[in-house]
This record gives sequence, structure tokens and C-alpha cells, in this order.
Amino acid sequence: MKIFGKRSLLILLLLFIGSAGLFAADNTHIDSGATAWMLTSTALVLLMIPGLAMFYGGLVRSKNVLGTIMHSFVAMGIISVLWVIVGYSMCFGKNILGGWFGWDSKYFFLKGIDTNILDAGIPEYVFTMFQGKFAIITPALIAGAFAERVNFKAYCFFIAIWSLLVYNPLCHWVWSADGFLFHLGAKGAIDFAGGTVVHISAGVSGLVAALYLGARRGYPYQVIRPNNMVITMLGAGLLWVGWFGFNAGSSVSSGLSTAQALTATQVAAASGALSWILIESFHQGKATALGFASGILAGLVAVTPAAGVVQPYGAMILGILASLICYMGIQLKNKLGYDDSLDAFGIHGIGGIVGALLLTFFIRPSWMRDAASVSGGHWTIWNQFGVQSLAVTIAIVYAAAMTFVIIYFLNKLIKFKSSEDDEMAGLDRSYHGERGYGMLNPS
Amino acid sequence: MKLITAIIREVQLDKVREALIEADIKRITVSRVSGHGQQRIEEMYRGQIIVPDLIPKIRIEIGVNDAFVDITVNAILKAARTNGAGNVGDGKIFITPLEECIRIRTGERGGTAI
Repeated sequence: MKIFGKRSLLILLLLFIGSAGLFAADNTHIDSGATAWMLTSTALVLLMIPGLAMFYGGLVRSKNVLGTIMHSFVAMGIISVLWVIVGYSMCFGKNILGGWFGWDSKYFFLKGIDTNILDAGIPEYVFTMFQGKFAIITPALIAGAFAERVNFKAYCFFIAIWSLLVYNPLCHWVWSADGFLFHLGAKGAIDFAGGTVVHISAGVSGLVAALYLGARRGYPYQVIRPNNMVITMLGAGLLWVGWFGFNAGSSVSSGLSTAQALTATQVAAASGALSWILIESFHQGKATALGFASGILAGLVAVTPAAGVVQPYGAMILGILASLICYMGIQLKNKLGYDDSLDAFGIHGIGGIVGALLLTFFIRPSWMRDAASVSGGHWTIWNQFGVQSLAVTIAIVYAAAMTFVIIYFLNKLIKFKSSEDDEMAGLDRSYHGERGYGMLNPS
Repeated sequence: MKLITAIIREVQLDKVREALIEADIKRITVSRVSGHGQQRIEEMYRGQIIVPDLIPKIRIEIGVNDAFVDITVNAILKAARTNGAGNVGDGKIFITPLEECIRIRTGERGGTAI
């Protein structure tokens, strides 16, 4: 009986291999270089989510470390599933409901793209999975704004609904060939890899959520210190590495534009990190590790929308300006006293806005010439600045309003903010029944 | 002078500190300890419920002059007892005589150094 079982398994396996061979016959015009890079990029962007988990996880108190890490990890589960079922369709389908979002029944459960090859020479599955990673990281970024004080179950519902009602429509408007921001002005609003769709939307939503839910117990009088800066630094490092997939992968090719985006990414991250510790040294007298990590992120966030259109000098200036403005933003936050706990708005919101607006002044001349010829001979920096401002404003207003509505109604069903006892006991114990450090032999 | 040592639940630390600060007791030492009392707590490990044999607790140590012993003890009692009536695992307070207290910076001794 046992042998028969093994043999039938073998036959099944052979059948699968045989059928894979048959399908492969269709894939004659695959660009294997582009496909290979896009597969790598997909993996790199996924790597950013554990990176984010470590970055955020190190910054909270030890009683919340697992809960905070789970905010990122659970997004990999929830959003991946939603993405396959409806997400891809809502983002990249044809306009419905007046262009609010897209829909295409052949994208439902991805059932109609089994053998599709895109014009770029990559299987549509690769593009779907690549885009899906962006959908995962965006709601996970928001968690930094209300770290250490939300109910896990409510958070799960929140990111699911937020992804459907905020991320998918924004993604459709900016990146789908049908989206209205894709066609704004001469060559559309520039958002190469997600400054508007990912960072501004997540940052602004985080701010709204932080204001709505209120501060952590004891904030700002009780000092709330990071439990482990080492994993925070490792997380920032992983984010930097993963960002090459995020930005350079967004060229959806493997060629010149990929190299341009990759270079801009490296330059902006480095100049952002350096400027942050310089500013901090002048202002506070010490260059902190967290400051360096914050600078890396500010630079990377700012170059995200710009990576496709700026040259290295532009990327360098964007990194510097992003660090400067984010730094001032965090000082302002401390004055105003609202609890954007891990600066989701302070870095991603502000950095994204800085990048999306100021990239206009560093666009490479060939892009402007193309834009001019498309619009009939005349297209200035200020025309493009208007387009960028409009796109940014739409993203801010839409994300803020929808987030408010989602939290308002969700709060009626499940209390979003932790009870005082749960918050004091820590997310790990209250919602997961575990401890981050020394679980079996408490230390 | 007395040394007050309290073993309390981790989750009550914030409340106890707030109560002590309210009672104007601001000089304390806090450490993480693990130990064994009457309490059993259950944790999850790979979907199984387990009972660790040592339970994490917080130890608070406060050196006080005799006049402040009751104030300190009452503040801890009020804040560390859970659900009003108290539960197994809320902890214990030990009071021991304190022979001497020396402030390192100045070398002064006795009650004024506390």
C-alpha cells in the first residue's frame, strides 16, 4: 500500500512537470533579463516588511515588541490574500464607478492571467506579485503612528478595509493606464515608485489615526525608550537594501531606467542619512544611530517618487532637503504634543510630500522635452509643479478623509484603542499571550 | 531606617510608580526578576498551553526613614493589588531594618542621606 502511495505521488508529479512544459510553449516572447530582475525585485520588496517589523519592533518598549512586529507580519497574510482575490483587479482593472477604482473580472482571484505575458516581456504573475508587495507594506507603515496602543483584532480589520478603500483606489488613479492622475498634465503626475500612493497615503492616514486614537498612556511626560536599537538598525539596513527592489524594480524592465532609479536611490539614502546626523550634531551635540536610520528613511522616501526622473545631483539634494524638513517636522511634533509614536507621518508623510513636490526642480531635461512635445511644444517646471501639487493634495485629502471614516465606523464595532489594562500589560501579553524576549525561561 | 522590598506583577509597575510618586516617594530601584510563588500563569507556545515554572516579576527596592514606611507600604498596597479584592500572584512586600545609608557623592550618613 505504501509503495503504491509513493508511486501515485510520483505519477502526479510527472503530470505536473509535463503540463508545465506544455504551458512553457506559449512563453516565447518573455524577456528573461527583465523577468529575472522583476522576480528579484519582488523578493527585495517583500524583504522590506520584515525590515520594517525590525525597525518598528526595536523602537517600542519590550512589552510591545512582538505585537509591533506582528503589525507588519500580519499584513503579509491579510493583504496578500486580499490582493489575489480583489486587490489587483481594483488597482489595474478598467475604470468603474466613475473611475473610483478599477475592476476586471479576469483579475478576480487572478484566474484569467495564468498565461499572460505583459508587453514589457514579463509574465503578468510577476507584475501582480511585485505590485502586491507595495500593497502589503503601505498599511504596515501606518502602524508606526499608533504603535503600542491598538487592539490586534481591530488592527487586522483596519488594514483590510484601508487597503480596499484607500490604497487600491489611489493605486488605480496613479498607476493604472485608466487612472485620472496617470493622465494629468503632459505626461501625468510623476510618482515613480509610490511617493504618493505609498508614503503620503500611509503617513497622512497614520497622522489621522494617531490624532483620533489619542496618545499612549503617560505620553509625553513618561519617557518611552526603544527596547532594542540594534534590531532597529538592522531593520533600517534591510529597508535600504529592499528599497532597490522598490525603486529600481518600479521601472518594470531591466535596463537604463532601472540603473537610473537604482543610482538615485543610493545617493538619496546616503545624503539623507549624512544630513540627519549633521543637523542633529549641530542641534543636539550628538550623532545618534536612530538619527542615521531616520535620515536613511527620509532620503529613501523622498526619492521614491523621483527615482525615475532625477539625476544623481537632484537625488542628493532631495535627500538633504528631506532630512532637514523631516527633522523640523519632528521638532514641531514634540512641541505640539501629538503622539505619532514612531513618526510614520514625520518620515513617510512629510518625506513623501517633500519628494513629490520638490522633484519637479530636478527632472532630467530629456523628460521635460518629451513632456513639451506631448503637450504641443511648451511645458515648464511650474506646469509640472502644479500637476504634482494637485496629485499630492488629492492624495492627502482622500487618505485623511477615508481613514477618518474607516476608524469612526470600525470603532463602533470593535474598540480600536487598547483598554488601559491591556496597554499597560503590553500588546504581547494582551493579544498574543507571548513574550518577545526569554519566553520559556523568563529573564 | 527600613529597606522596603516589594515583588509585584510586571503589569502593575506603572500604577505602583505613579502611586509612589503621588505619595512623594521618588527614589526607587527597579529590577526584573523571575520567581516562584503560589501563582500559575499560562502562556501559548506553538498552539499549546504551557505553564512556565518561573514567572517574571518586578522587584522594587526603596530605602526610607521610619516615618515614611507606612506611606510607602500603603501606596504599594493600593496600586499593586488587582481587581480591588486582590488575586493570587499580586506579590509581597518585605520590610527589613537598614543599618546604614551612605550617599557616595558627599559621604554623609544616616537618615539625611536617604
